[in-house]
Amino acid sequence: MNSTIFSYFSQSKELSTIISGLSKSLGFDATSLVAFIVFAIACLVVVGALATIGGLGTYAERKISADLQARQGPNRVGPYGILQFLADGVKMILKEDIIPANADRFTFILAPFLCMIGVFATLAVVPFSSGFTLTDLNVGIFYLVGMASLVGVGVFLGGYSSNSKWSMLGGMRGASQIISYEIPATITIISIVLLAGGLSMGTLIGGQGGMPQEWYMFHNPFAFIGFFVYFISALAETNRAPFDLPEAESELVSGYHTEYSGMRFGLFALAEYIEVFVVCGVATALFLGGYKVPFELGTGAILVEKLGLDIMLAKNIGQVLELGSFFTKTFALYYVVIWVRWTLPRLRVDQLMTLCWKYLTPIAIFNLLGCAVWMYAFNGKSIYSLIFETASTVAGHH
Amino acid sequence: MSTLNLDVYMPVVILIVLATLVAGGSLLVGGLIRPHNPTKLKETAYECGEEPIGTAWANFNVRFYVIALIFIIFDVESSLMFPVAAVFKRFNEIGLGGTLLMSVLTFVLVLVAGLVYCWKKGDLDWVKSFHATKVNIAAKEK
Repeated sequence: MNSTIFSYFSQSKELSTIISGLSKSLGFDATSLVAFIVFAIACLVVVGALATIGGLGTYAERKISADLQARQGPNRVGPYGILQFLADGVKMILKEDIIPANADRFTFILAPFLCMIGVFATLAVVPFSSGFTLTDLNVGIFYLVGMASLVGVGVFLGGYSSNSKWSMLGGMRGASQIISYEIPATITIISIVLLAGGLSMGTLIGGQGGMPQEWYMFHNPFAFIGFFVYFISALAETNRAPFDLPEAESELVSGYHTEYSGMRFGLFALAEYIEVFVVCGVATALFLGGYKVPFELGTGAILVEKLGLDIMLAKNIGQVLELGSFFTKTFALYYVVIWVRWTLPRLRVDQLMTLCWKYLTPIAIFNLLGCAVWMYAFNGKSIYSLIFETASTVAGHH
Repeated sequence: MSTLNLDVYMPVVILIVLATLVAGGSLLVGGLIRPHNPTKLKETAYECGEEPIGTAWANFNVRFYVIALIFIIFDVESSLMFPVAAVFKRFNEIGLGGTLLMSVLTFVLVLVAGLVYCWKKGDLDWVKSFHATKVNIAAKEK
């Protein structure tokens, strides 16, 4: 097993001593047990961090929207209102839980769970850094696409089971929108898989470098267009404005979660905000070089060589730099998502479907074929290295 | 090479369990402290103050069904494309890129033909009936 969080930690001597000690005292091979404990702690850390990021996402959304509209935004709870999301959470827990009498009880309760499970399960392969990836499955991106579509099921079931006309319309719209926009997003992902030659997140990021000209976004013109296709589709898949038709408050009250109150609504909202982070992370990993740091600083080899640091310490510093690189790019995209929401008006249903099926899908298929032809014609070289090579041969002749 | 090691799938299971625990736990904690006094009116579906007439589980627009059908074809297509895309680079390196490129082109072109057919038939238009009436009126005027 390589490139999981456990294999990163097992590079240090302490962990192997713990494993061998435990194996002796327990009488069987304790590697899996220790791996389980390490994974459990790491998962707790990731879930805790992401729940906080989701909560801060709501705060950021309100603060940035206030900024864009020349208002104050939340400013009462804590310094600059930063604890607003905790207050909201407490309020949601204290709210009365109402399940409509005519609702389909089982699916009504099941729906928010499906959303949460779909989003949390995708976190397993989000590459925070080369060491701090929970697990680098060999089917990485395929698994992520599959798990993320569970959210669509949750949205539809939530709308359907409420037995309210608003919810029904919202759920229907949500389902059709999420499945439609999955097509351009997936085809764009395939064209990047084609460039990288592998499905795991490690391979996808490994083909890129720290500098912008080494990113897949600038690998060739098709991938450049592909980034925007993916980003637009990701906005629609997470029900973000201008594609927030499933919960369009001016026409559908609150869409698929009209009948949900208190914490059940909170779970939908939390899942949505974490999902936005995940799709921004995926866009970073696929197109913007992921966790790569310029000049190979992430491996820590230079630090050992130039400063004479301890190998493990240098590696840890490299990991921190990689985490910084990943989160900076992801949060920049997160800001763009919020910015778009408060800039563009909402689309109509027919415009939404036209955009997906008549524009994004043909463009995505064109990009896929373009990437395939590019790989074949230029033997997988990026446009930058082609220009660089041509320039150096021209310079060499004179 | 290496043997099958299922340890790498541990975080997947842990995260699914954790998601259920977080969701269930917050509802459970809330259940201990939140008020609970349901009334008949409170438990009806929200309809902006009106009393709801009939159920929401009625016939729905057939457009959703058509979209779902088209989606299934393209979703199966993309899941079939994943393995091809994953080996494309390796095939290209050993000089078989042309063969793979042709098969990708053939496969995608068949699907594009399907998309063009749907487009021509007007199945991608959300407001198909309006368009059809307009065409009929134009035909009658001639």
